Formats: sequence, C-alpha cells, structure tokens
Amino acid sequence: MKIVVSVKQVPARDSALRVNSAGKWLDESDLSYEMNEPDAYALEEALQLKEKLGGEVVVLCAGPDRAAQTIREALAKGADRAIHVSLDAEGALDALATARLLAKAVESESPDLILTGLQSDDLGYGQTGVVLAELLGFAHATIVMEVEPQDGSVRVKRELEDGWFQNVTLPLPVVLTIQSGIKKLRYATLMGIKKAKTKEVKIISPSQLGVDLTSTTQMERVYLPQRSKQAQILSGDPRKMAHELVEKLKFEARVI
Amino acid sequence: MSVLVVFEQRAGKWNRMSFEALQAGKKIAQAQGEPVEIAILGAGIGELAQEASGFPAAKVIAVDDPALGDYTPDGYAAALEQLIRAAQTGAIVFPHTYQVRDFAPKLATRFGTTLISDVVDLKAEGGTVTYIRQLFQGKLNADVRAARNPQFVSVQAGAFRAAEAGGNPAPIENFPVSLDPAQIQSKPEAPFREAQRSVDLGAAEIIVSVGRGIKEKENLSIVEALAEALGAELAASRPICDNGWLPMERQVGSSGQTVSPKVYFAVGISGAIQHLVGMKGSKTVVAINKDENAPIFETADYGVVGDLFEIVPALVDEIKKTKA
Repeated sequence: MKIVVSVKQVPARDSALRVNSAGKWLDESDLSYEMNEPDAYALEEALQLKEKLGGEVVVLCAGPDRAAQTIREALAKGADRAIHVSLDAEGALDALATARLLAKAVESESPDLILTGLQSDDLGYGQTGVVLAELLGFAHATIVMEVEPQDGSVRVKRELEDGWFQNVTLPLPVVLTIQSGIKKLRYATLMGIKKAKTKEVKIISPSQLGVDLTSTTQMERVYLPQRSKQAQILSGDPRKMAHELVEKLKFEARVI
Repeated sequence: MSVLVVFEQRAGKWNRMSFEALQAGKKIAQAQGEPVEIAILGAGIGELAQEASGFPAAKVIAVDDPALGDYTPDGYAAALEQLIRAAQTGAIVFPHTYQVRDFAPKLATRFGTTLISDVVDLKAEGGTVTYIRQLFQGKLNADVRAARNPQFVSVQAGAFRAAEAGGNPAPIENFPVSLDPAQIQSKPEAPFREAQRSVDLGAAEIIVSVGRGIKEKENLSIVEALAEALGAELAASRPICDNGWLPMERQVGSSGQTVSPKVYFAVGISGAIQHLVGMKGSKTVVAINKDENAPIFETADYGVVGDLFEIVPALVDEIKKTKA
C-alpha cells in the first residue's frame, strides 16, 4: 500500500506568540517549531499500516526551509522518502491555496491512501485534507479514530459529536483526516535518525508546480483577543495564593 | 444576493447550533440589505421544514431526496452545489459541527474558495463583512474577509445567541436535486455509542481537571492529591487521554463529556475551544496556569498565574487545614 502523509510544521505549543509589526502574522524571530500534533498521529497511523501491510510511506510537507527539520523527524521515525514544497511565506496561504500545492505535488505519486491530521494547531482551518481529496477526486473521511484496510477499500471509525461514532467504508484512493490519540506516538530511534540522513527529499517550488497561490480569503489583521470576562487574578507567592484562593472559594463563591 | 443558512438535522432532530448560525446569517443579511433563507437537507423532511418555517427567514428551502437520508459528504456537497448555483447565493452560513467540517470545505472548493471556518464573531461595515476567527487554539484572533461571492462561513458553538422561532411562518419551497447514487462513494453504517461509561462526570459537584501543563504521567499524583482533598472527580483535557495517561471516559470537551459542577479546577489547561465547550456550564471555574495569556483565564472566575507544581501542593495543604 502506498501511503502519503501530509504534515505541517507549526510553532511549538508553549511558544510565547507575538504579532509582527505589520499585524498580519506572527513575529517568527524567536519561535521554535514542531510537527503539528494531529499530523504526528497521522504519521504514526501510516507507519503502523505499513508495518502491517508493507508498502511505502511518503511524507508531503509545504513550508519554508525550516520545515526540513520536521521532514527529517518524520523520516527518522520511519517514513521512506519525502516531498518538500518550499514556500517563502507561511500564514498567508489559506486552506485552498495550500491544498492546491499539495494536490499538484502528490498527483504523480498515485497513492492509495493520504493521511493527514484533522487540523493544524496554527491556522486551524481543519480543511486541508478534505480540500485535497476534492481536488484529486478522491473519497474522504474526517475525524478518523480507526483505519481498517480491506480489499480495494478501507473501513474507518469516525468520531461524531457527544460520544457517538460511525463506521464508514470508502473506496481507494482515499484521504483520511486523523484524530489525535489514534495510536501511541513513537520516538525516533538513534538508528532512525542516522538513516534519515540518507533518505530522499525532493524539493519543489510552487512555480515549478504552476499553482496559483492567490488566496480567496484575506487575513486582514492578527491580534490578541480582548478578554471579556474579568477573572480575579492571583499571582505571587504560591502559599499566599493558595490561602487566598481557598478563602475565596469558601466565603465568596461558597463552593467548597 | 441572499444569505443562506444551512440547518443541520440528524434522524429528525435539530442540531441546535443551527439556530446560532441563523443569528449570524441574519447579521450578515442585515448588513447587506439582503434576505436570509434557511436550507434543510434530508429524506422525508416535510415536518422539519414546517418547524424551520417558524424561524425568522424569508423562506425555507427543503432539499428532500432519498439519497440524502444518510449523511454523506458527496451527497450533501452535490445537493448544496446545485442549490447555490441555481439560487445565486451570496453567503452560505453553517454551524461549525463535525458534519459541516466533513463536507463544507469540499463544497467551497467547488466554488474556488476557502470556507471561513469556526467564526466567533463578525463585523459589518458598509455592506462588507469581516469575520473573526481564532488562531492557535484561541490564543490569537484574526480578521478575515472573503475576496468574492459566494462566501462560505461556519460559526463556532456559543458564539451567537440562538435565533428564536415564533413569528409568521416563512413560505416553504422544495428544491429538487438530481443525485446519482453511484457518485456517493462512502457507505456509512448506523452511528453508535461505545459501551456505557463507568464514570459520570456530568453528576460531579467538584471536578479537578488536568491538561498538558502536567508534563508527565508520573506527575498526575499531584492533581490526584488535590481531587482527593476536595472529594472531587478527576478529569482531563483531550491530550492527556490521547497519551493514555487517563482513560478516555475522563475527558471533558467536545469529544468527551459535558460537565457543570459547582466548581471546576482547570490545572495546566490552556483552554482550547474544544475543551471550553465541555465545561463552560460550571458554576465557578478556577484556572491554574503559568501563561497569563492562556484563553482559560477568560472563562475563569479565579485565575491563579504560576507554576502548578508549587501551587497545587500548597492548595492541598490549605484545603486539608480548613477541613481538619
């Protein structure tokens, strides 16, 4: 089975986020980056499917030069090779523009299965996988918790709201967006990290792909949200805060 | 060009977020001086159309077709594509449900645009609408505009007050679609629930809930001690359960349980919307987090900014003192 995993590099979770001077995106100067967590779960699922069924796992990533680090990580965990669509600007591309790039870059690979996380932790559109499927003419399923390959098709367990689930069978080729927590994530081994250095990374530019990157939605401004509800904020010495909080919960809120 | 609000139903029951989407749709329509219309999809939905007609709208469009009985992204996208092309709609507004997340991006792609997903507010100035959506799990906001029509928008749960039914009934129009069953690629089975939960967090009076800030599984004993001192149930945000540190049934949020205790302690939880929707009904919320900008502080009544590894043990001591 040929599996493509589409991953994105995003600012690390506990980054202090500052808006850039143009007010259009982040000030990227002090940020560290990591693989988008839902994509890490998609990668894990792909690697386990390959271990079970054989075949190949190809990493697909659109991002600036720094994304090479995330690609290496995926290769070190066991992916076979990678396609890096190199971008100058991030944040400016909306879901459709990104998916157009990914679709063009992956078309000639003719995969059976494309896996990706259900959303990115930065822009959070939660659409790239679905749009990619539409552009490629593939079937798709979102928020997938289990993947059960069958002959020429795949049966997946989808998460619905309020504790409901649904099994759906789809023909191959198919795009699945994977829910976090589907499997336990692996760490890269020392051997894996060593091997990753020799694995193929194909770098392509948007112009080589001939993709129009005009976004149909424009992000006018990025800013810190106004906090509406005023919490009583305590800070300072932990013991004093603990004392004060317990007093408030007992005598003001009367909940303990 | 009219504004179309797509109501969501499953097995004849409304998803109530639909009524919030209608409120957002009305706001857009007012700004543009255009009518708002409601669309409903399904098989045998005559009664639902009657119900929908009680809501404030210029008309209700019923797309009633046997191929729409079971939800599929192919069926829904094809039906709405036909409707929007025929009606020349300007803006299409959805509730941001799991189902919408599954088909609306596909539909928007067919019109060469991106769905403006998970909108929390909107501003209308001189006929132009600016949508506000969250980035980085609620840590930042962005103002987004659609470059052209039709524009596709989905609104977050709780962002708009639900529109209410009760006015003069709107006319109901049937819109026939032609759907080829062969084009529907996915074969859905009946939805199901997992085995009965053994933990009912919904009934808990006090909940201590833990998030990523706890860092390691071994550190859970710190919050367990707090839960024990308070006589509270232990709960968690999604990542803790994803890691297998606590069972899934202890998860609070859109994919877990919805809770409304007297007091909810959010320990090391940043407050992504998926978590907030599960606990915002709590009477009193205490948030303990080292990041003073964490979105959880917006939902909290008491915010403690600092290191949970120092604060929680100190809190346990204080609670034991008052109970002694």
